[in-house]
Amino acid sequence: MDLAGVRTMRTASTREDLALAPGETFMAGATWLYSEPQPGLTGLVDLAGLGWDELELTAAGDLRIGAMATIGDLAAWARLSELPAAPLMHQCAESLLASFKVQAAATVGGNIAKSYAAGAMIALAATLDGVAEVWRADGSIADVAVADIPADNGASHLGHGDVIHAVTVPAAALAARTAHRRIALAQNGRSGALLTGRRDADGSCVLVITAATRVPVVLRYPQVPTADAVVADARSAPGYYTDPLGTADWRRGVSATLLAEVAEELA
Amino acid sequence: MTYAVNGAQVDATPEPGQCLRTFLRDAGHVEVKKGCDSGDCGACSVLVDGKAVHSCITPAQRAAGREVTTAAGLGSDGLTQVQESLADHAGFQCGFCTPGMAVTASALTPQDLDDPEAFAKRMRGNLCRCTGYRPIREALTHGICGSGEGCGGCARTLERGAAATTEEAAGVGASVVHSAKDRVVAGREPFTFDEMPADTVHLSVVGSPHAHARIVAIDASAALAMDGVLAVLTHEDAPDVLYSTGRHQHRTDDPDDTRMLDSVVRFIGQRVAVVIAETKRLADLAASAVVVDYEVLPHVLDPEAARAPGSPLLHPKRTPADRVADASRNVVASVHEATGDVEAALAESAATTDGTWSTSRVSHAQLETHGAIAWVADDGRLTVRTSSQVPFLVRDELARVLGWDADRVRVFTARVGGGFGGKQEMFCEDIVALAALAVGRPVAYEMTREEEFTRTSVRHPMRVRVRAGAGSDGRLTALHVDVLSDTGAYGNHAVGVMFHGCHESIAVYRAPVKRLDAEAVYTNNIPSGAFRGYGLGQVIFAIESAMDELALDLGIDPYEMRRLNAVRPGDPFIVAGAPDEDLKFGSFGLDECLDMARDELAGPDDVPAPEGWAVGEGMAASMIATLPPRGHVAVASISVGADGMFHARSGTAEFGNGTTTVHTQIVAEVFGVPRSRVRLTHADTDAVKHDTGAFGSTGIVVAGKALHAACVELREALLASAGHVATDSPVDWGALIPGVDASHRRGDEAWAESFLDQRERSVAFNVQAFRVAVRPDTGEVRILRSVQTADAGVVMNPQQCRGQIEGGVAQGIGSALYEEVMIDERGAVANPAFRQYRVPQMADVPLTHVRFATTSDDLGPYGAKSMSESPYNPVAPALANAIRRAVGVRPMSIPMSRDRVWRMLQA
Repeated sequence: MDLAGVRTMRTASTREDLALAPGETFMAGATWLYSEPQPGLTGLVDLAGLGWDELELTAAGDLRIGAMATIGDLAAWARLSELPAAPLMHQCAESLLASFKVQAAATVGGNIAKSYAAGAMIALAATLDGVAEVWRADGSIADVAVADIPADNGASHLGHGDVIHAVTVPAAALAARTAHRRIALAQNGRSGALLTGRRDADGSCVLVITAATRVPVVLRYPQVPTADAVVADARSAPGYYTDPLGTADWRRGVSATLLAEVAEELA
Repeated sequence: MTYAVNGAQVDATPEPGQCLRTFLRDAGHVEVKKGCDSGDCGACSVLVDGKAVHSCITPAQRAAGREVTTAAGLGSDGLTQVQESLADHAGFQCGFCTPGMAVTASALTPQDLDDPEAFAKRMRGNLCRCTGYRPIREALTHGICGSGEGCGGCARTLERGAAATTEEAAGVGASVVHSAKDRVVAGREPFTFDEMPADTVHLSVVGSPHAHARIVAIDASAALAMDGVLAVLTHEDAPDVLYSTGRHQHRTDDPDDTRMLDSVVRFIGQRVAVVIAETKRLADLAASAVVVDYEVLPHVLDPEAARAPGSPLLHPKRTPADRVADASRNVVASVHEATGDVEAALAESAATTDGTWSTSRVSHAQLETHGAIAWVADDGRLTVRTSSQVPFLVRDELARVLGWDADRVRVFTARVGGGFGGKQEMFCEDIVALAALAVGRPVAYEMTREEEFTRTSVRHPMRVRVRAGAGSDGRLTALHVDVLSDTGAYGNHAVGVMFHGCHESIAVYRAPVKRLDAEAVYTNNIPSGAFRGYGLGQVIFAIESAMDELALDLGIDPYEMRRLNAVRPGDPFIVAGAPDEDLKFGSFGLDECLDMARDELAGPDDVPAPEGWAVGEGMAASMIATLPPRGHVAVASISVGADGMFHARSGTAEFGNGTTTVHTQIVAEVFGVPRSRVRLTHADTDAVKHDTGAFGSTGIVVAGKALHAACVELREALLASAGHVATDSPVDWGALIPGVDASHRRGDEAWAESFLDQRERSVAFNVQAFRVAVRPDTGEVRILRSVQTADAGVVMNPQQCRGQIEGGVAQGIGSALYEEVMIDERGAVANPAFRQYRVPQMADVPLTHVRFATTSDDLGPYGAKSMSESPYNPVAPALANAIRRAVGVRPMSIPMSRDRVWRMLQA
């Protein structure tokens, strides 16, 4: 929709351009920004001029995902990849309510920075130990685990003016076997619970609950846990919440059921 | 900046923050529709450099220097295969979502067709509210495959050629598609806001943040100081006239409880003031600068609390003279009647059941939001172009509210983008007319989707208690229905929905003792209004669930349970008082519907049951009167000129119901001419003298019947003339018309008109049956097979009628499993967007096997009966009964969403 209060638009092409004036905010894919009224917003700083859309394997075998890479591009890249963890990338993309048309514009960085509980790029990165390179407003650069970025459903720990430059997924996680379950109140609705997991070559296991909880719940195990253990851990996890996309008790119940399936698939 | 749109250069600079959708529409590309403006519905889809995007969430600047393709430019030479296929397979009803569907499908490939589930997932960004998706899926499949050989549908070119030659046989009974189909699929058929007078200015609303408040002061100075703001209107500017937004043939059917702008607001979102400005954007900004001082009043959200002593009162000054039954208890309407002693009858029954069922608020979610444009035309008349099901009723009430003569007001519609009852109201026309008169310019008010959720109406939520008893033979001994309907802050349709909801639902069953207690109550919630089924669905959900309980208890087959107890010809129609006098059996197809539904459900699963899920079958029946009570008026005329072209005029609106298609079929049938020689003018107060409107499923059985009568009259006049003129085939119309008697001539044309006030009513039946699988540990319900049988009388257009049924079932599945307008603790709508309010997507709607009874009705034209609302009504109880039989626990409320089903099974 038209953003009635916006009076200025500028395209950032250098780090200096990222200093936000009062009333300004960053625009990545714009798909969320333009989907709701934005009272108080007067200026947009377009990140598209920075590039930042690479999808490349480093010499060390890590995957570097530019924050401005679209979710659609990541999913397309994953479909051609033979990395064991690649299926999780398009599974997470398909876990979004967003259609392929939205995915063609929505960015990986934007999905993480927005920090909605159902942000499936957060689930992906949290499961694969993804680390965000954050350009702080104060000029510094920090590496932050993506799982630690969300502060609440729709709120992040990023400061005003901080921007995600790229997300790096380590080679070890890319070599892991992964599993995925999701449920929503409608078949392809916004996720009510998104359950993901990976099993590394050494047998250790990471299980992640997102969408059902306000912030990601990352459970780490030295080996794939039993169904009973998973159910117990999922039920006792913090942060289940109620909104129009599902109630807290249901989110807790189905998270336990489906996370046990993830573990079973990884066993 | 330079844009290439459909190959043509556009030089324009978008505003900062402007989205591509409005930029394209400003440039004249009105084929790009607005359904949600938030990236959820897909109606605005376009291609940018070949990639499909939602233009409403695409910054216009991002498309600069790129190739933009809209639905109108998809085909380099006319329509694409996908568009032709959508047109020819009836892949649309209202057609508002269709251009976006076509654009989206153009980005898909034959590989996307391999897996139906994956295909539905690809299409999840496109919503259709009318069709139930089956014809869209079919059309897209054929269009995308499009090899020209192979599957049958791809022989579309042959079909198109064949269609031209069979045009002669496009009369009653033929599955023809609307004559505007090629324009609809290209987005070229104009809807309400696709044509506007020059110099149109725009209106935005300041809404109440409080559920109940008195307005102390409004400071509009900051808004008025903004350059381009023309006016701010408040309650001080509005006529001091009470009316109802709900519209009926008799205005006294609804309570006079609403002011255009009031000094007291009674729900969150109610309009407090309106701003008129040169642009929509400026009006929005100025609206946010209006400062309102409120005195907050106590509010009540729960209908039971609202009628209890001590509750805050919403309309304390209204009296029965205003059609408010008891304002001191917030009760708008009330009925208490009985034919005998229920307690005694229940005590002697072999089986009894007692339960309380509840239903949620549902949004109509028609893809075209409400809206209207008003101006004073050159002839001095106030003229309103609107998205309405009832242009004549709006004209009459608008004139009354403004104190104008009705003949100084003209109201008309273009093609309307869906209705479902939501447009049997006056939500926009009043304020836009006031604004146009205030500023002396044409004024447009196009609601946002959020306004649609918060400022129009929803389906009445009801709490329905049913107590019923039966003998060991299954025959009902007693039926007691107790209904509490929440009408929200205003009483639009409160009375009608309550009485109708408790009418055919109860009258369908014979029971020696019946009792009805029902009340409709004001609360400080968003107003409830007319919604497909008009109250029946809510009450039928409870009664059909109770019937299932009795059948289970007695071990009787549920189809036989209905057959045993349903009324049949010879029986009176009794609710809980005197028998009806205007309702008759023009035909009776229930038995056939029951048999066909049982047979058809025995077919194989269309979707396999997942391992470990609980499987069950359930059914429900429903009856509906073929039109509303106490008169429904239609005037229709037909003329023919020397060129042999027929011009039909009727009042009824086209919003996907297919009425106009059938009207042209009627003309084609009576005169034996191809539809291409029939022109129709409709939904315009200038077209005919009066038409009650397109509600109560009357477009065919009343307006169609009137048109049929006019056609028959004209044919007889022409035949009489032919006796005096030597006629050879082809007809020499120029010679024939002067011979027609003077009473059937107007200028150079032969002409006839018919007036119909249809009061006698027949009944129609629907039976829905489902087989479902339920996963207890997540609450998921999967429909394995879905069947609906319909007693539609003679089916005048089988493809269209099937479409009405499929669409009704889809909407029923939405209400039964997914949809709920939620209200937070303050009284605000908590989910006013499609991403939170779950209108069924393609993946959510199963195939429904549709079969028709072979009845022919005594009352309807050509033996037809109405079949638009009624397919919706039995869906929720049939699903509830199937779930009950699968898992052993009965759902008591809808939607039976996954969280509710899961919770129900935790105990």
